[in-house]
Amino acid sequence: MLSIRRIHSIVQKELKQLSRDRMTFGMVVMIPLVQLLLFGYAINTDVRHIPVGIVDLSGSAVARVITQAVTATQVVEIKHHYTTPKEAEQAIVRGEIRAALIYPADLSKRLVGENVLAQWVVDASDTMVSSAILQLRQMPLDQIIVDPKLHRVTHKPNFEVALFFNPTRRSAVNIVPGLSAVILTMTMILFTSTAIVRERERGNLELLITTPIKPLELMIGKIVPYIFIGLLQVSIILLLGNLVFDVPINGSLFHVYAATLLFIAASLTLGLIISTIAKTQLQAMQMTVFVLLPSILLSGFMFPYEAMPKLAQNIAEMLPATHYMRMIRAVVLRGAEVQVLVYDSLWLIGFSILGIVLAAFRFSKRLD
Amino acid sequence: MNSQSGMAIKAEGLTRKFGNFVAVDSIDLNVPKATIYGFLGPNGCGKSTTIRMLCGLLSVSAGRAEVLGLDVSKSAEQLRTRIGYMTQKFSLYEDLTTEENLQFMGQVYSLGAGKLRRRISQLLDTYSLFKLKDRRAGSMSGGQRQRLALAAATLHEPDLLFLDEPTSAVDPENRREFWEKLFDLCDQGTSILVSTHYMDEAERCHRLAILESGQLRAEGEPLVLMEQMGAHVIELEAENLRVLKTRLLDIDKIKSAAQQGLRLRVLVDRSIENPVTYIQQALGSSLTCNVVHPSLEDVFVTVTNGERQ
Repeated sequence: MLSIRRIHSIVQKELKQLSRDRMTFGMVVMIPLVQLLLFGYAINTDVRHIPVGIVDLSGSAVARVITQAVTATQVVEIKHHYTTPKEAEQAIVRGEIRAALIYPADLSKRLVGENVLAQWVVDASDTMVSSAILQLRQMPLDQIIVDPKLHRVTHKPNFEVALFFNPTRRSAVNIVPGLSAVILTMTMILFTSTAIVRERERGNLELLITTPIKPLELMIGKIVPYIFIGLLQVSIILLLGNLVFDVPINGSLFHVYAATLLFIAASLTLGLIISTIAKTQLQAMQMTVFVLLPSILLSGFMFPYEAMPKLAQNIAEMLPATHYMRMIRAVVLRGAEVQVLVYDSLWLIGFSILGIVLAAFRFSKRLD
Repeated sequence: MNSQSGMAIKAEGLTRKFGNFVAVDSIDLNVPKATIYGFLGPNGCGKSTTIRMLCGLLSVSAGRAEVLGLDVSKSAEQLRTRIGYMTQKFSLYEDLTTEENLQFMGQVYSLGAGKLRRRISQLLDTYSLFKLKDRRAGSMSGGQRQRLALAAATLHEPDLLFLDEPTSAVDPENRREFWEKLFDLCDQGTSILVSTHYMDEAERCHRLAILESGQLRAEGEPLVLMEQMGAHVIELEAENLRVLKTRLLDIDKIKSAAQQGLRLRVLVDRSIENPVTYIQQALGSSLTCNVVHPSLEDVFVTVTNGERQ
């Protein structure tokens, strides 16, 4: 027979223990509260403010009028003007802009008949971004530019769209490299954060700190094995992505692994910092989840970074996953080289150095 | 400085506070070299806290301590290679084998490869661990783990060993053996500080400090402590021991009464010249009373009595 009293006694004990573990109790409340507010505002499938560049080879007034009309849709936001299509393409590879609008030199002549007026060159790796630009193709420009004398045929596309990097617009192309950021975030932070806490819980740490080992030595020693695990994981993801989902690896493997190493370093130090705060493995896991959720939802993995409100972008900017997401997609899909991704590389390096110093500082070799 | 004075540990007014709670209250200690020095006291009396301060694991709130001639507050790092520490709870890696654990600890102490190999085979032999070489620590018995822990603590040949309740998870037979090993180490010149709450273990120490509520209650050689204790020990044989005990405890000069099987062991204050008559006067002259030799437990009860009631 099940005894209600006995069940009740266990329930009561569980609740008491839960309320005494302040970190867990806090997470019970904080995780839904913070994450809901964050994502409620941030998740936005309606893509706007895509950063684009303009290449105006015509230098005509018509080009300026069209540019104004395009900007007015708010779908895109003009970041830069380039003088040649080549420059714009390089900016796309670097990830500065997602697309470029190129006006040909003979723009004025094209206003006649059913010629397309200009060309969009789009980084199509993110299908949400490419759909948004494809919709611009049909935007009604006729009233503003068409002189009835030109006999322009209306309701025909005004723009030609060239989809780079993912011409068939398959979402796997964008998701597979992004997935490596999510999986690395999960495993790297979780492994390191629990690694030190586990030693503390099992009592190993008390012995270890009476030895001549230095905090920094301990931290580095703890990190190194996981670097190889991280590289192995990325290799599996990209290899399977290539074989099964036909995701191209356009960049060189050297740059893929260089970017990955930077991210692994940052994630591991984040894990170490957590390990110096958490007292139990359960707490370490909860804190990992707290970092993991925004790394999935805000880093650009699920939704384009540009579509998020400013606040969410600022939060995303603090997550190593956001920086790696940009880098790995740039390298794998657009064939970029790590040195052109200066900002993200430096950010990850800075984060790792600061992180390991902070962790070593927080991990004092005393018990008090 | 200490090498001249022959002291492995010197502490003056050593104090540790946790918030308002004084865990260790102004303790003075002089631990001679090459001796086994015991810390005897109930749980929570400050034994572990004192040991942790002396190892440099906890900072000192007040007072000072010199270990092997080095100030623990300033030279904790220098000390680490010269001391060995065996924690109360088994703290080697349960998922590593005996040999792997020893290898790891040796490398942490930067022992050279050749030296480490020699030391490990020596220790496997000394502590009868050779058969357990490839066993994981997690699957070993309390006694086996403790031998492994001692081997690990002595791997780098420290001058001073701290053992924090080393035998709490060990059966009596293994405890005996363990102490034999400690005397071997001591004979080779190692100073040993061991904490315990077992009387029989405390009795084996060269010198003892009895701690209670963070304070040093008594200090000296076990035999001397027994001889000089401030009470007579009387054994009393009678019926109704439980009732007698309650009556005895009401009497002013009776410091304690504890039943041991069919007898009652009574501690009577030193100021009473004839304790047998004193008890018989109080409870009736028909009682059988014998003066017996004090044990260390009697010493312990006498010096800690005031605080316990």
